[in-house]
Amino acid sequence: MSLMNNGGRPIEILLVEDNVEEAELTIEALQEGKVRNRIHWVENGEEAMAFLRRQGRHSAAPRPDLVLLDLRLPRMSGQEVLAEIKQHPNWKRIPVVIMTSSDLETDILGAYDRHANCYVTKPVDLDKFMAAVRSIEDFWLNIVCLPAA
Amino acid sequence: MSEAREYNVIEILLVEDSESDAQLMVEALNEGKLNTHITVVEDGVEALEYLHQCGTSPPDLILLDLHLPRMNGHELLAEVKKDPLLLRIPIIVLTSADNEQAFLEAYDLHANCCVSKPVDQEEFSRTVMKIEHFWLHVARRK
Repeated sequence: MSLMNNGGRPIEILLVEDNVEEAELTIEALQEGKVRNRIHWVENGEEAMAFLRRQGRHSAAPRPDLVLLDLRLPRMSGQEVLAEIKQHPNWKRIPVVIMTSSDLETDILGAYDRHANCYVTKPVDLDKFMAAVRSIEDFWLNIVCLPAA
Repeated sequence: MSEAREYNVIEILLVEDSESDAQLMVEALNEGKLNTHITVVEDGVEALEYLHQCGTSPPDLILLDLHLPRMNGHELLAEVKKDPLLLRIPIIVLTSADNEQAFLEAYDLHANCCVSKPVDQEEFSRTVMKIEHFWLHVARRK
């Protein structure tokens, strides 16, 4: 079981990533997985908030089942997006996985203090990068029960 | 903790009142390659006492059942996730999901993730090993 009461619908993933190449690789690795998913990619923090609020071009956006969030983002940082999600009564249960190249302890601690569900450092090496995304897919889409509410 | 912590030992706190489930989980965790030390407590009160006495060396990971005597898993989650000294410890809720609402409440209380306890023993062991692999090898911790 990967999604509670999902009625067979795909898992909706919001990917917040400003690096085009890394976003494409992430999408590729996620789509190789066993669990059917739909990835919605936005490139900055403000876009992520607009997606969650269903504003502008995101008026028909689904509620994400999982958020994959980079920290270094233009306009609004990943930590700010994380704080907004985790302070919002209707969004706080959405799991947020931080995927960042930052290895800084202040980033790791800051993310967990804001209730990030998990923090993964993106490896620079291509094969290791793909392996890390596959590990996230394998754990969060196959083992975890995501809250489908 | 009374003794000094051995360097590089991964401390795991297992909060589980079923002796057979706890035994199975300890065996599965011990199969991993890392040097882990597992502490098993049977209820939320005991877990909180243990966490408070850890001081500046809290466990690296908590595996938490929700149905517990005295203080249940939700109450323990609420206590840990509002304590600035403890809130960074990843808490993996691992429980028989007889009730979806219980998982939703756990997420609202900032459980890091919820996993349904498989009935089949072998599958249960595999699930515990996957949790260990992800949280100790892939995810970053404090």
